[in-house]
Amino acid sequence: MDHILVAKNVSKTYGNYTALSNISLEIPKNCIYGLLGPNGAGKTSFIRIINQITHQDAGEIFFNGEHLSPKHIAQIGYLPEERGLYKSMKVGEQALYLAQLKGLSKHDAKERLKYWFERLNIGDWWNKKIQELSKGMAQKIQFIVTVLHEPKLLIFDEPFSGFDPINANIIKDEILKLKEQGTSIIFSTHRMESVEELCEYIALIHKSEKILDGKLADIKNAYKNNIFDVGLQVEENSDALMKSLAEKFNILSSNLEKQEGHLDFKVQLPSSHTGDILRELSAVGNLYRFDETIPSANDIFIQTVNNKENGK
Amino acid sequence: MANKLGLIIKREYLAKVRNRSFIVMTILSPLLIVGMIVLIAYLAKINDNETRVISVLNESSFFQEEFKPTKSLSFVQLDDLTLDQAKDSTNALEYYGLLHIPKGETVEEVARATYLFTKGNPNSSVTQKLESIFQRQLRQDRLEKLGVSSDQFSNVEAPFEINLATFDGERSIKGINEIKAFIGGGFGYAIMMFIIIYGGFVMRSVIEEKTSRIIEVIISSVKPFQLMLGKIVGNSLAGLTQFTIWIISASVLLSLVVMVLGIDLSAMSGETNMPAGPMGGMSQLAPMDSDMMMYTKEILDIPWGILIISFFIYFVLGYLIYSSIYAAIGAAVDNETDTQQFIFPIILPLMLAIYVGFFSVFSNPHGPIAVGFSLFPLTSPIVMLMRLPGGIGEGGVPLWQFLLSIFLLIVTFLGIVSLAAKIYRVGILMYGKKPTYKELVKWLRY
Repeated sequence: MDHILVAKNVSKTYGNYTALSNISLEIPKNCIYGLLGPNGAGKTSFIRIINQITHQDAGEIFFNGEHLSPKHIAQIGYLPEERGLYKSMKVGEQALYLAQLKGLSKHDAKERLKYWFERLNIGDWWNKKIQELSKGMAQKIQFIVTVLHEPKLLIFDEPFSGFDPINANIIKDEILKLKEQGTSIIFSTHRMESVEELCEYIALIHKSEKILDGKLADIKNAYKNNIFDVGLQVEENSDALMKSLAEKFNILSSNLEKQEGHLDFKVQLPSSHTGDILRELSAVGNLYRFDETIPSANDIFIQTVNNKENGK
Repeated sequence: MANKLGLIIKREYLAKVRNRSFIVMTILSPLLIVGMIVLIAYLAKINDNETRVISVLNESSFFQEEFKPTKSLSFVQLDDLTLDQAKDSTNALEYYGLLHIPKGETVEEVARATYLFTKGNPNSSVTQKLESIFQRQLRQDRLEKLGVSSDQFSNVEAPFEINLATFDGERSIKGINEIKAFIGGGFGYAIMMFIIIYGGFVMRSVIEEKTSRIIEVIISSVKPFQLMLGKIVGNSLAGLTQFTIWIISASVLLSLVVMVLGIDLSAMSGETNMPAGPMGGMSQLAPMDSDMMMYTKEILDIPWGILIISFFIYFVLGYLIYSSIYAAIGAAVDNETDTQQFIFPIILPLMLAIYVGFFSVFSNPHGPIAVGFSLFPLTSPIVMLMRLPGGIGEGGVPLWQFLLSIFLLIVTFLGIVSLAAKIYRVGILMYGKKPTYKELVKWLRY
């Protein structure tokens, strides 16, 4: 498969502090890649290396098949976690300046800015100063500046912090559109639930190490425990029925404050084979819910970290 | 890449030049300076015009010829009046005071009984003047008793000044070294002020980028070193703009003021030299016309071309060194209040240079201390400029010292800017910590 970014055994230390140890990642083209992990895990260190703000002590990075070098900076768009703009500079002037620093000509930058300002309905902000805008408004400008030079790779560090829900949705839609147009996108966040639905691939970073990476769907498949959420409508004595079911299956929890004639419980099966239990359940009552509980990225993260630490 | 540096310089320059307080300062300062000069000139003029009149009631046979009018003091002889009448008329005529010299047999006796009557406490320069008149008379009187005639006395009293010459045989004049050092000192002082003010601009600009959190956005497009360099150059250009505006507008304003008000500036400069007592005794005796000519000649002989060119060389190099340090400090801290502990060590060598300059270069422009400090890169921009009015080469700064100091400055600049860039690179991405010197050293190794 074609990759926009490949990192091989990348390490970085600051004095005695290890920020990244031996990280290897492959980020496919035209997908949304989630770089997940708690604060201080090393996500931002890795991103700064991609942006060539700092350099790795060891290891190699390839951008689009080539060794990462300063010429690639113009093909990367980066929205840092610590972001802001010059407070006393006018919006338009500032956006032009930042676009030109990314290598756009003044003319191109102006054209594209006009397009984006209209698209996000902020055309009349051109001559305002940043200090006159609200935080959410400034974030919109920040987003435009990040994507203006049409980079091949977009990196968002904690993208939705600071956005109100409405603006967050607008930005989310814009990002999805960019992905459709062929851009590769990296999301880095410690709030895993916020990007889970968007990411096709994820990598989990913990204490400077990568502990897991791959396609999100595959990971979830690998991490599911054959636990099912069951809702059953019964006519008989529910307590007795519960007991008999517990003898045959591994019932994890049951809702004892059940409604009249309802059984709610979780069950773990020895395999993903569901035929037996379905037959059994449909024989005793009316099955109205049978859901596989899929672990969230957060659950997977916690489980992997626990496994790893117990393993040591 | 050069293109990006140009963009940064332009932005930094415009951001500074458009800043409201910068504009206010640029406009206000020449007005203030000219206002000060006008005020001083005006005060000097008032001072000039005020001649104090003392009425003298002399009942003795002495002191008949002694009270000659001077610039600031004139005398009116009162005759055939009683003391009370004299007091009344002095008051009525609004004279400064009444000097009453009673009858007596000897000068000694008369002098002891003499009184000066004034409204309040008399001005000390007035009493000094009067005392010197009496003292001279008393000295002559006492010497006469020892058998010294009055002719002999005036011989004894004849003023003496030592003759001065250079080895080349030219007559040299007193105080010229001080004047030269003063001119050099002016240039050195201008450099120090410029470094402190515009270095501070660079530092605040770095801090602003940190607190507004735009820094990471920018250094994902350009190298931190480029940003730092652009900032230093942009701010110094803004500073030079301000300097140029100041010089032009101040001279225009000043000539306007001179034209409109007709203030005689040359009279003022003569006046301001007077209080400068230690200046080789120039003030005690007004220099003769030929001396005046020599001073003018000497001042015109100062190698102004070299001085101005070296001013720019030393200014640029000194500013580059110090403002890289300022940039590193700005990067290391989160807000301006945290900068104090780091700023003091920077200002220290600058202050030292000024003090060494004024104490050592003035007395001996080519002594070992002056030479040492004019080679040491952190002080050389200031100290060397104080030595340079003597010229380069024979009789002035040896050429090798001049070249060596510039060489050392360049080497130091390269060293300091690379260290500063390292601290800058790490510091701009550090938030919420007030670093110690130990940590800064650690950053150098990242």
